[in-house]
Amino acid sequence: MIRVAVVGGSGYTGGELVRLLLGHPEVRLDQVTSERLAGRAVAERHPNLRKATDLTFVASGDLEPTDLVFLCLPHGEAGRSIDRYRGSAPRLIDLSADFRLRDPAAYPTWYGAAHPRPDLLDRFVYGIPELHRERIRGADLVSSAGCNATAVILGLRPLVAAGVIDPSCIVVEAKVGSSEGGAEASEATHHPERSGCVRSYQPTGHRHTAEMVQELGGSVPASVHFSATAVEMVRGVLATAHVFLNQDLDDRALWRIFRAAWGQEPFIRLVNARQGLHRLPEPKLLAGTNYCDIGWQRDPHSNRLVVISAIDNLMKGAAGQAVQAMNLMHGWPETTGLGFLGLHPV
Amino acid sequence: MSATVPCPACDAAVPIPADAVVAELLRCRECNTELEIATLDPPTLAEAPTEEEDWGQ
Repeated sequence: MIRVAVVGGSGYTGGELVRLLLGHPEVRLDQVTSERLAGRAVAERHPNLRKATDLTFVASGDLEPTDLVFLCLPHGEAGRSIDRYRGSAPRLIDLSADFRLRDPAAYPTWYGAAHPRPDLLDRFVYGIPELHRERIRGADLVSSAGCNATAVILGLRPLVAAGVIDPSCIVVEAKVGSSEGGAEASEATHHPERSGCVRSYQPTGHRHTAEMVQELGGSVPASVHFSATAVEMVRGVLATAHVFLNQDLDDRALWRIFRAAWGQEPFIRLVNARQGLHRLPEPKLLAGTNYCDIGWQRDPHSNRLVVISAIDNLMKGAAGQAVQAMNLMHGWPETTGLGFLGLHPV
Repeated sequence: MSATVPCPACDAAVPIPADAVVAELLRCRECNTELEIATLDPPTLAEAPTEEEDWGQ
């Protein structure tokens, strides 16, 4: 049993982490911080946790030493305050974007400012377990991946690794839920504005693109053209990637590539049914789960291959991924505390 | 132990029951394709004919 703390627990990702950690048999969650809500009950902010915890938020300045800290701070804040939190625990998992990119020069390009601690970028392990399992096992610093990046990378990496697609032309459109925007309200999230919308909120220049290029690998850097559209959904990402095969592969060959890459993964499911109602991934079915569902369809009239991947952005795209990494870091079964199968219908 | 035959749709190993007969219908657990036993010696599978759904025109 280890003690854990969540720093920045008032947001949606923090709340999801608290939910998972309260049900985890190997950890005791005893500190959740929030500057604004210090002294208030955690279950008041996250009402799904009523009767599950009596914890109250504490100010980050009152954080006591613990075994593992999860940072759920706004982007930029983790980078500025990392030394303080590293002093609180021997292990740390950061869920912000502040330590995801290896190249310090990428931060001004994608995040608009120089990185405050470029010397630490190599110390953090990128937190998608399916990519870096062995490094995470030995890590004391992990940087969880972006939600959109997670969906895209898991969908495309087997094809890039197999060298069967043109890496110079990868086009991805992601439909995303409103929780990606965080727990803070704005004019854009005001109900009359947000309800029913299909809003192209980031047609180009999405920050997660940098992670996708970094982690897709391949013999030459992938050129990813990513767009994000906000749709009428609270949780979830549905990434539709258009890639172009450089050789003639039938569906059986594609199955073999995806099965070889992900067939043994506990949280990746290949969803490509010829028959039935749910033939391809749907984020609705994944709400609250740590699964990434991946499907595809070959265009019969061209060499285009459409790869569809779905996750719950707050789970496999954030809190669930972080708990999976924590399990690896401590040698526990990787699925511990992540067994929820979702709801149907929902 | 029953034999397995590759699914013609996804290449997954599909177990063939010991008492199977030609034209018997099976379903691939991986891609959910309905299959029929085409031959028994050796065992082979084919995709079963299905009615196409109209998913919006």
